[in-house]
Amino acid sequence: MDFNDTPEEAAFRAEARTWLSSVAAPRDTRTSFAIGQETGEFEAEFPAQRVWQQKKYDAGFGAIYFPQDVGGRGGTSLQNMTFMQEEARFDVPVTAHFMIVNRGCCSLLMKHGTPEQKALIPATLRSDLIWCQLFSEPAAGSDLAGLRTRAEKDGDDWVVNGQKIWTSNAQMADWGVLIARTDSNVPKHKGLTFFIVDMKSAGIERRPIKQLTGASNFNEVFFNDLRIPDAHRVGAVGEGWRVAVAFLSGERTNIAIKELMPLIGGIVNLARQTEINGRPAIEDGEVRARIASFYIREAGVRFTVQRMLTALSRGETPGPEITIGKYTLANLVQEMTAFALDLQHAAGAVMSPAFAPFDAVFQSEWFGSVIDRLGGGTDEVLKNVVGERILGLPEDIRVDKTMPFNQVGK
Amino acid sequence: MDFDFSDEQKTIRDEARKLLSARCDRHRVRKLLEDKAPYDKELWATVAENGWLGTAIAEDFGGLGLGHVSLCVIAEELGRALAPLPVSSSLYLAAEALVLSGDTTMQQELLPALASGQLIGTLALSEAMLPQHALSRLKTRVVGGQLSGIKLPVPHGQIADFAVVVAHNENGGVGLYHVDLRGPGVETQPLQTIDAAQPQARIVFRDAPARLLSADGERIVPKLLDRASVLIAFEQIGGATAALESACEYAKIRKAFGRQIGSFQAIKHKLADMYTKIEIARSNAFYAAWALEADAPELALAAAAARLAATEAFEFAAKETIQVHGGIGATWEADPHLFYRRARALGSLLDSTPVWRDRLVEELERQFAA
Ligand SMILES: Cc1cc2nc3c(=O)[nH]c(=O)nc-3n(C[C@H](O)[C@H](O)[C@H](O)COP(=O)(O)OP(=O)(O)OC[C@H]3O[C@@H](n4cnc5c(N)ncnc54)[C@H](O)[C@@H]3O)c2cc1C
Repeated sequence: MDFNDTPEEAAFRAEARTWLSSVAAPRDTRTSFAIGQETGEFEAEFPAQRVWQQKKYDAGFGAIYFPQDVGGRGGTSLQNMTFMQEEARFDVPVTAHFMIVNRGCCSLLMKHGTPEQKALIPATLRSDLIWCQLFSEPAAGSDLAGLRTRAEKDGDDWVVNGQKIWTSNAQMADWGVLIARTDSNVPKHKGLTFFIVDMKSAGIERRPIKQLTGASNFNEVFFNDLRIPDAHRVGAVGEGWRVAVAFLSGERTNIAIKELMPLIGGIVNLARQTEINGRPAIEDGEVRARIASFYIREAGVRFTVQRMLTALSRGETPGPEITIGKYTLANLVQEMTAFALDLQHAAGAVMSPAFAPFDAVFQSEWFGSVIDRLGGGTDEVLKNVVGERILGLPEDIRVDKTMPFNQVGK
Repeated sequence: MDFDFSDEQKTIRDEARKLLSARCDRHRVRKLLEDKAPYDKELWATVAENGWLGTAIAEDFGGLGLGHVSLCVIAEELGRALAPLPVSSSLYLAAEALVLSGDTTMQQELLPALASGQLIGTLALSEAMLPQHALSRLKTRVVGGQLSGIKLPVPHGQIADFAVVVAHNENGGVGLYHVDLRGPGVETQPLQTIDAAQPQARIVFRDAPARLLSADGERIVPKLLDRASVLIAFEQIGGATAALESACEYAKIRKAFGRQIGSFQAIKHKLADMYTKIEIARSNAFYAAWALEADAPELALAAAAARLAATEAFEFAAKETIQVHGGIGATWEADPHLFYRRARALGSLLDSTPVWRDRLVEELERQFAA
């Protein structure tokens, strides 16, 4: 048990810090929390985020744990974590979309892609290409395997018809990962196939959906006789579920990796500045109790990630405990930001950056926190995963699990 | 960074688990409860023979010198087995207090006997409803080498051979004293407790001979409580994990409305919540174990977090394990109340949750200086 950097780890950390300080200014941790939630308009924010990702990539820090032959550094997950810790000290525009979707697509192609498909990886890691995730449908979110978008073979192509929804950043995407039904005569999990989609193809229509934040970062995507060459199929026909599940578990792990200590520091500072019952709020017992409870969960997830990284660096398979990370953090951010608004008393409802404390960051993060409790698997679905896969409890009743998909609901 | 137990520590864990499942199963734990025995003497002799008690005691003092992370590993197994042993009093408290006191003469005299299990020690700190960290308010006092006052509760006070007593000295400072509990001026009265396997006593000292170990109690006691709380956290996590396992097992066999109750989400998600709290506690406890062994400056923050998370996890797991068992969970015959008792007893053993929260936030205030 050693929490300190080894000499090699310390050398990497120093290298990262030196580079970061040569290209970026330190972040004022008292006013800026860098928790990477996308709360503004992606189209407005993305150009700067892309430039930052390209800079990192060119300096060897943008794709740390990817092998060198696909443009990565050939480093470790631990180094990636170390870099993120250091990066959080600087005032730089980090993007959640890159970390979750772009990188997730690259990991997926590394594992299941053909050489031609893998050729897309370097440009994706550099953020020259943007990807989107075409999974959810109006009638298939938590129950993703119940999706209805059809792909039918026609010569060397697949012809796709149907609708996706909640597709983050489809409006900007160059490529997408798609899961579609290729066989309705078998039970729902068995008839799915995975594809990559060139988003410039004919037969794709995107319509923005306005989110509760007011921004329009997700979309409906319609396919009308979209043709996908068979060369863009990922994995075998009928094996799409397996590929998608690997993608989703990576997505959840990435959402669990978040630097929240600055946010806790922000709440400590806020509690010093506001009052309860005539005394600084930080002296109030309930305030202290809440802050302690925030820290315990934040540290609990942070150290659970370290346990996972240790297993990886020992060449072992990480334990299942990281599953708790995503929903724990998502709920934590929602609780912490709501609490921060309470500490601001009446001003808690003010969104004008000039008049709300810390440029209204707590207000916008409070809106943003809604997203992580849903995307990538809801709280409830993930607790089912913990109960059934980790604790071995009997499954919920799933009436449609074994019947052919075309018989479901009949 | 290497954030897990080593292979050697995992071997210690496996052997401890094997031994305890053979020698300290639930029947035995229950028998002690029914016999109202304060501890399991036979098991004490066995674990002493196996060297467990000397795990973290230096080789120079008759221990194995394997370090505190190894002792954490054993603590988790003791907690999982609900072992009725005075390990916490004798080792996490008395031995640690001796080490922190810096009194090498007394260390030479007592640590080997603690490591071999020949002597049982304890810490006499609490005075009824005072928080254990409220040192300035202690009423026990040593004058001219003689201790007077009342300590309550003293963990394992009725079986301990000696106590490290925290008391005021003549100048109003706080000292650590060694007091022979078999000696003159000591009157020990066993108390009824929530958990018979965590026995407590009321001890009245009337001019009992007290040997000064250190006059630096203000510095040593908080550190001692930090260190002990990490070890207790591992016991709590072990207990919580065992409770979760028993609840899951029951949820798979018990049927209601034609289904296994574990297939109802109200039960399934409750168990998932238990698991979540346990893993949050375990990860905090790993960090604290490292800080304990490395004597890192992060110990105060890490120990408070481990303590709080483990207390919450065990209390939640214990009470909800009863709930999952339904009516049978409320009986003497079924095991869940063993967890319920132990969780509460360990939650009271070292300062309470509000005190630890306050200490945790003090550390955060330091970290995020205004
Ligand atoms: C901001 C945002 C961005 C997103 N981006 C993308 C994206 O880029 N690509 C993409 O494919 N998807 C995306 N999603 C979709 C997301 O994955 C789904 O919203 C999510 O999986 C839930 O599905 P649903 O919306 O259909 O809700 P439903 O599945 O209808 O769930 C409704 C409620 O029922 C509960 N529920 C459902 N099933 C169960 C069950 N078995 N047991 C207990 N409770 C259950 C849910 O937990 C939830 O509370 C995004 C979502 C959001 C909010």
